[in-house]
Amino acid sequence: MQAERIVENLNRAHHELFSRDPAVCLIGEDLLDPYGGAFKVSRDLSTRFPERVLSAPISECAFTGMACGMALAGEKPIVEIMFGDFIGYAFDPLWNLAAKSVSMYGRRVPIHLLVRCTVGGNRGFGATHSQSPQKHFLGIPDLDLFEVNPFHDNVELLAELIERGNPVLLFENKTLYSRHCVREGALDDLFSWRFIGPRREFAKICIEESESPDAVIVASGSVVFSALEAARRAFLDHELETVILTPAQLHPFPLAPILDDLARAKRILVIEEGIAGGSWAESVATAIYSRLWGRLENPVICLHSKSSIIPCARHLEERVLLQSGHVFEALIGESIRA
Amino acid sequence: MHVLHGSIQRIPVMPPVAPIAVPETTEADIEALFLIRGFERLLLDLFSRGVLNGTTHTCLGQEYIPVALSPLFEAPDFIFSNHRGHGHYLARFGDVEGLLLEIMGRAGGVCNGVGGSQHLFRDGFLSTGVLGESVPAAAGMAWSLKRRGGRGIAVAYTGDGGWGEGSVYETLNMASLWGLPLLMVVENNAMAQSSHAERYRAGTIQDRAHAFGIRTLQITGCDLAEIRNLAGPEIAAMRERPRPLVIEFATQRLGPHSKGDDPRSPELVAELWRRDWEAPLRQRHPALCERVTARVSERLEALRATALQQPLSEWTDAS
Repeated sequence: MQAERIVENLNRAHHELFSRDPAVCLIGEDLLDPYGGAFKVSRDLSTRFPERVLSAPISECAFTGMACGMALAGEKPIVEIMFGDFIGYAFDPLWNLAAKSVSMYGRRVPIHLLVRCTVGGNRGFGATHSQSPQKHFLGIPDLDLFEVNPFHDNVELLAELIERGNPVLLFENKTLYSRHCVREGALDDLFSWRFIGPRREFAKICIEESESPDAVIVASGSVVFSALEAARRAFLDHELETVILTPAQLHPFPLAPILDDLARAKRILVIEEGIAGGSWAESVATAIYSRLWGRLENPVICLHSKSSIIPCARHLEERVLLQSGHVFEALIGESIRA
Repeated sequence: MHVLHGSIQRIPVMPPVAPIAVPETTEADIEALFLIRGFERLLLDLFSRGVLNGTTHTCLGQEYIPVALSPLFEAPDFIFSNHRGHGHYLARFGDVEGLLLEIMGRAGGVCNGVGGSQHLFRDGFLSTGVLGESVPAAAGMAWSLKRRGGRGIAVAYTGDGGWGEGSVYETLNMASLWGLPLLMVVENNAMAQSSHAERYRAGTIQDRAHAFGIRTLQITGCDLAEIRNLAGPEIAAMRERPRPLVIEFATQRLGPHSKGDDPRSPELVAELWRRDWEAPLRQRHPALCERVTARVSERLEALRATALQQPLSEWTDAS
């Protein structure tokens, strides 16, 4: 039997948290059944736990601020931001209140707050409903960034994040919702995967373990699939061995568990759907340089979507957003030059 | 509310203030009033001597508001304060020592010198320096207090300037919709930093609250007993049947916005001082005021002397 879809996995993660801990509550827009949230992550929660699901007016700033107050009261609120493009309205309460409350008062104040945020394009939603805003939240002290991927189980992940004591932003690429979770082991006819790191920080995807792979791709969220497609073609057409490393945690980036893999690779790609300029990929590349300078065979390649608004029409959107073809070209181009 | 006309230069007629009233009250109340005033004066003095770092916003002229309200608050209540929050803090805790050491970055400061003047947190009290930000947080606290079934309320002190932020209106909507026990105390001194209300606000705060179906109470005097008579039953009622309430005080800020930035004319400020509570209070209760202020001065002078001897604060959590 195929594993559940990622949206079902996220939904189950909420139901389990709500059943286990009466402090857990949810606030956001259009959460009530039968609608159950725009992407159905919150389905059936309002029926089972009506007093803990607050279907709020269209007021991202205040309902995120309210969640900060709930967290200060000892609750464990989850905020659902329907489209990550709207999180600009919630920037102040996250940046200046939730994150700062952890340390601004001179002693550690645990803030149990999880803000879930639907992001990403390739759905034809246009310029204001398709963006990847991760980079705007990078590097805020005590605001931790995570991203959903097909490998890390969200039931475990959400349970960990709500107990973290730091406010957490969890990005959910909307193209992932309908995909299936994948269990450790064979991924398809070529690739398999396993967790690496003492806390299973990364999924490592490869054809077989290699002492010196041609490339390592660090990829989070949905671009894992672009990386996988490119790696398949690079193997079939050019016999290149590629390893894909996928973290759940974007920031602070847990570099240590993958240092060995990175050091052994002939080249390193860091890829994301967001755009360049203070981006996540650039920050990962900087971290890699500072640890592995002198051991790298080639410069780290960062791949982003084009620095552009995201158009609606599919053929135009594909021109802007990072696609597997771009990743493939980077793998092959580098191999030809090498 | 007063409807104001004319330019800022004509402001002498402006303060929507209070008829002069003598706080009819207890020795403890009078002590709280003078303690807050003495503390703010001490701060301004220390700043002028270059002893203090950074900035501060004093509540000179507005001390009576938290002193009047403080006994109406109960243990589970949670108070959210703002940038002009020393009076709110001292009315609840009387802790001039912890507050001064905090502002001076010395050991014993309530937040180890990390928070400073406008970021305080202890025992059901939290202040933060971004206007309008604490209002939704207070609503979240109110939601939690309500669902846990006690009589607790969340209190958010704001100035009139803070009502320029959209977060306030988003919160009023939800607080009314969900019947949250959220008390918004508006200290309307008609001045947002350097800008007079007539320059930045259309309509009235009262009408804005009414638009969301929220009850309001307008208070223009500074008599503590009268304020308590007016506010007490309203606050008691919101404990019994959770719902938001706005209490708007027409008040006056006697000092500058922060340390020395006051564009108002000296004539206007002098006029405000003539409407202040201190002189008539001293006139009414000369012996009592004498006794209380002597005690307060002694405490503050001792604090001034010892604070500088305190070691610098430690912050172990620079993670």
